[in-house]
Order: sequence, then structure tokens, then C-alpha cells
Amino acid sequence: MDFELNENQKLIQDTARRFAQEKIEPIASEIDKTGEFPSEIIKEMAELGLMGMIIPEEYGGAGLDFTSLAIAVEEISKSSGSIGVIMAVNNSLCAYPILAFGKEEQKKKYLPLLATGKALGAFALTEPNVGSDPAHLESTIKDMGDYFLLNGTKRFITNGGEAKIFVVFATIDKEKEHKGICGLIVERDFEGFSIGKHEDLMGLRSTANCELIFEDCKVPKENLLGNIGEGFKIALHTLDVSRIDIGAQSVGIAQAALEKALTYSKERKQFGKYLYEFEMIQEMLADMATKIQAARLLVYYAASLKDKGAPRFSKESSMAKYFASQVAVEATRLAVQIHGGYGYTKDYAVERYYRDAKCMEIYEGTSEIQKIVIARSLIS
Amino acid sequence: MLKLNNLKKYLEFQEKVKENLKNIKELDDYFPDLLKENLNLLKDKGYLGVPYPKEYGGLGLDYLHYAIIIEEISKICPSTGLAVAAHTSLCSFPIFKYGNEEQKRKYLIPLAKGEKIGAMGLTEPNAGSDASTIELQAKKDNNFYILNGTKRFITNSQEAEIFVVLGTLDRNLGKKGITAFIIEKNFKGFTVGKEEDKLGVRGSSTCELIFEDCLCPKENLLGKEGEGYKYIMETLDGGRVSIAAFSLGIAKKAYEMILEWEAKRETKSEIVYKIIAEADTLIESASLLTYYSALLKNQGERADKESANAKLYASEAAVKICDYAISLYGYYGINKEVKLERFFRDAKICEIGEGTSEIMKLIIAKEALKNFK
Repeated sequence: MDFELNENQKLIQDTARRFAQEKIEPIASEIDKTGEFPSEIIKEMAELGLMGMIIPEEYGGAGLDFTSLAIAVEEISKSSGSIGVIMAVNNSLCAYPILAFGKEEQKKKYLPLLATGKALGAFALTEPNVGSDPAHLESTIKDMGDYFLLNGTKRFITNGGEAKIFVVFATIDKEKEHKGICGLIVERDFEGFSIGKHEDLMGLRSTANCELIFEDCKVPKENLLGNIGEGFKIALHTLDVSRIDIGAQSVGIAQAALEKALTYSKERKQFGKYLYEFEMIQEMLADMATKIQAARLLVYYAASLKDKGAPRFSKESSMAKYFASQVAVEATRLAVQIHGGYGYTKDYAVERYYRDAKCMEIYEGTSEIQKIVIARSLIS
Repeated sequence: MLKLNNLKKYLEFQEKVKENLKNIKELDDYFPDLLKENLNLLKDKGYLGVPYPKEYGGLGLDYLHYAIIIEEISKICPSTGLAVAAHTSLCSFPIFKYGNEEQKRKYLIPLAKGEKIGAMGLTEPNAGSDASTIELQAKKDNNFYILNGTKRFITNSQEAEIFVVLGTLDRNLGKKGITAFIIEKNFKGFTVGKEEDKLGVRGSSTCELIFEDCLCPKENLLGKEGEGYKYIMETLDGGRVSIAAFSLGIAKKAYEMILEWEAKRETKSEIVYKIIAEADTLIESASLLTYYSALLKNQGERADKESANAKLYASEAAVKICDYAISLYGYYGINKEVKLERFFRDAKICEIGEGTSEIMKLIIAKEALKNFK
């Protein structure tokens, strides 16, 4: 057991941290206000290797492990939760299932584009009527001999409005429930595929979160991911992996909230004392720091299981995501509280963190779903 | 205490209030015209001067009626609820309590009738939780006080025509130098600064107030010199009841939205039952604390501990229940097309405005220890 980051991981942390501080921090508040997608920043991140961290070098990626990805996502998210999740989705939700379940030609075709930032990736599972129960998707594919015909609507898709490559799930036979679900790689310019409305969300406002509309969208046969009926397994395994990153993103936002609260408590005086001198404030800071550290360790542990090739780590990744997102909500709430009236305004970043944090309890499986996953693993 | 047969009277009143508020608009950004429409509607119903005597233009009803009105407004539009609470509890109250007859005629009547909107200028950039360190300087000069300084985070800044402003005659005197003044919007040297860009209650205005050699006539001194701190403490005591009612409105709305969402679901999990039970118990407890503190205020007494109990508990209930509701709604909860996310953002001010939760805890504990014999 070793709790120290190795030299390479330290280097990654340092690189991501410096990039975040120099490039992201100055624009984070602005893109939150405008909802603008940070295309330029994403390009620069791709040049640094951050968009294809877990993609092997032979496909143009950085060839790193999931622990490294978690470390980088945490650092990027400290400056912007939006950019943290854009990066996490590209790596874990789009590149990863192609890497893990794709055929060689698919990997060769799509992974270099995702790694180099030439194309952004997205993952489309959620539908207007299907959130927590992906065995009952309403989007359908029909085998037309030479191609599949994809019909349906996806909703709340992070990166949706900007992505060029989508891993999409649909059913080939609703009767078969989860055994009818299939994964497909869909390109943005496939016929019959259009982008619907842009979601107006409380937080993570710069993530091009959109509706996707498929109307008789033609998908070539060779774009089936895995085999017919394997989609459910692919989706769940992918989410097991990506939840580690949502945990890391949560830790990043919570850590940023703690740092901002610390800074403020050393600047602000009331009743003739600095805020940090008040025991009630100290209690809040101690509570935040302890929970953040616990959350970080859960994230690293889940990532290390994945890196060691553990066959199952659903429980651990769910624990990391559930706990870390809860800590993020709590820590950002306390950070706003410590800032008082100032924290309630957009002049201070904690206001944004508070809105962003709540989103992390929702996507990629709500906390309720995580608890079900954890309990089932305990019982079985 | 509230007798059960009296309760019926209040419940009937609550139904009437709901009916009267049908046309209140929900605001999530600062649209002065829409806020004005809301305030005009409330004015027509007499809801801008609920607890003040009829001879001063009020409705002459008690604090529980007032709390019920704030609660019902806040269920629809927290921004408007907050505006009404600040107007009624923070501006009209100190004039009613400490103003002389002439001041009441001149200022309380138009405030209570709702012809003019009021605000209170207490908070400053460097004086938030600790009101004893305010820096706004008031210098006596013949027939005037000359005011210099800046106030911040002042609710109703843009609507208000009448402001109760706290300044100090001499910072060295600490609390004993603090003095209250009634300032009219058009007094020379007084300007309203920029609008704050806030997390929530974005439909209400919150600005800086800037005093640059502002001339305040001597007759606009409120009460006596050096007694301002005492006035603030009593004013905030009543203010806490209104913020508790405001919080309760948000909490109840979020709870109603939980029930609305879950009633539609075919299968209900035990987790959902648990959340509903917790939210329900929070609401019932927060209601009792809030109504109890309102009843104490009816007797014209200080109710520092009880109003702090109510404000602390109701504001936490509002934040928690909004949080539960968003979690149950999932992606729909964080989407602006469903109004929950607005209530979630609005709710956070409950734990901060008119005394943070930490200040509430200090008040409660100090009072409890003081009362222990």
C-alpha cells in the first residue's frame, strides 16, 4: 500500500494544475455566465495530451492509466467543473468504450481523432423518459441489411452540441429488455442525426449539454460497438469507469471550495477577529478537509483497482462517485456560507461551485442509484 | 398560545391569501416592471403593511397573518417574498416602533399602504455579521447630519423611496455611537450603486448605497442618537420571523413539488417514502417554530431565541428539501425548465440573509445560557 503519487503522476498533477491555473482560471467565471463552450481551451488540452490520456500511444493518445486521469480531472475541475467533465466524458465515456469493446478498425478510425482533439466525443444513453433505468431505452435500431436505422431522442448529453463522435445506445428489440440494447458509434454528420435544444442547466453550463435527435439515421453496420445485445453490458461497464472521474471532478470542486474558503477566512474580519479564528469556522474547515481527503482516497482506490485489471470495481467506483459528489455539495455549501453575502454573488467563485456541485449528484447515475449498486454488491 | 379553535381562523385566512396571490408572477431575473406589478398587486390587497395599525395605513393584523402572507408569496416567488419582508420588517418596523408621530404620518403611512417601498441600510462591505463596526459616518452640522459611507447587499435598493440607514456618530463609541436615520431616495448626496449578480432571489434588487456628503435633515433622526444598535437588534428579531416564513414558503413549495413528482410514479421505493417523511417532518417542525415565534411577537415582546430557532431551522429545512427535491427529479431538477433549480438557488439566501446560521446559533446559545437559572 502506497499513498504517495509516483513521479510520473506528480508530473501529470503539476502539468494539469499549472494549465488550469494559467489558462482555465481566468475564463472559468465568464464561460459559466455565457454558457459558451471552451473550444480553444479544449484544443490546448488535447495538445497537452489531456483529451486522450487513457488512449494508448499507438492510437495517438498519452497511454496513461486511470489513476493519472483521475488526478488530472481533479486539477482541471478545481478551476472549472465544466471543463473537467468535458475532458472526463471524452476520455472515459467515449474513448474508453471504443478502446475496450471496439473492433480494431473502429479504434484506428476514431481513437486518434479523440486523442488529438480533432473530434470531441460524447456518450448518449439518457432519454427524455429513461434516466436511471437503461434496460428500457426507447430509442430503436432496425437492421436494414446494409445498415442500421436509428430512431429516437437522447437528452442531457454532455458535449452533445460540440461532439463529432457519439457512443449511442438503442434497443433492437424492446421485448428483450437489457438483452436488446446495442451500442453504436455515430458520427455527427450521419444523415438523419440532428442536435435538438441546448439544455439550460443550473450548473456545468459550458458543456454543450444538448438533446440529440435521430430520425431514420443511417448507421453503417461496421459501427456497431461489440455485438448485438451487448450494449447494456458496455454501458454499465463504461459507467463503472467514468464514475471514478465524476468522483475526481467532485473532489476537485470541493478542494477548490475549501481553498477559497480558507483564503477568504484569512482576509475577512468580523468582531475584531479573522474568520479563521472562530471555532465554528474552524469546525467547518476541518469537516470539509477531512471529507475531501476521504473522498479523494476512495477515488484513487477505485482508479487503482481499474488500473490493476480488477474484473469488478462497480462497488468501489459507485462509492467514490456517491461519496465525493455528496462531499462536493456539502463543501461548496459551507464555502458559500463562510463567504456570507459575498458568497451569494457571482463576484466569488464559490457561487459557481455550489451550482456545479449539485449536478454531480445527478449525472452518470444519481446518488440513489449508486447506493443501490453498492448495496447489491454487498448482498451478492 | 395559539388555541386550536383560533387556528381555523388562520387556515381560512391562508386560503384567502392563496386566492389573492393567483396572479403573482415568478421572477428569476431582475425585471423592474414585473417586480413592480407584483408589488402593486400586493399593495391592492393591503399586503405591504400587514402588521401595522389601520390608522397608519396597515391592515392591523397580527404577526401570524403576516408570516402566512410572506410564506404564501414565497411559495410562488421568493424574490417578491424577500422584497415584502425587507419592506415590512426592516423599514416600516423601526419607523413604527421608534419614529415620532410626524415621521409615522410622513413615512409609515405611505409604506404601510404600499404607495412607497422601503429598505434598510445596515450591512456594509466590512460590517456583515458584526453590525457594531459599521463605518458610515454621520456628522452633525446645524440642521443636518452629513452622511458619508457605503452600504452593501441592500434588498429593495432600486424600488425603495424610503430607507432606514444606520450610521455612526463616532466609531470610538462602538455600539453606543450607532444612530438610525430616515433617508429619502432623492436626498442630495445619496445614490444607489450597481446591482449585485446573485446566485438566487434574482428577481429582487440588491445594490450598494452610496452616501457622499448626503444631507439628512435633523428631523429625520430616528429615535435618539446612539440608540441605533438597540433598534437594529429588535428590528432584526422581527425580521427573523419574516425570513423564517420566507424559508418556510420555499420549503413547502419544494415539498409540494416532491409530492407532485412522486404521486405520478407508479412504483414508489422505500427511499422515496423516507425522503417524504423527512421532508414532511421538517416542514411541520419549521412551521411550528415559525408560527410560535410570530405569536410571541404579537405580544409585543422580544423573542430573540425563538425567532432565531425558527430562522435557523426553517432556513436549513428550505435548503435540505430543495436538495432532496432536485435529487428526486434528477436531470429535470437541475434544468431551468423545471423551477426547482431556482428554488434551490433562492433557498441558500435563507441561511445567510438577516443573520447567518452561525449568528443564529450564537443568539440561541447565549439566550439559553442566560435563561438557565
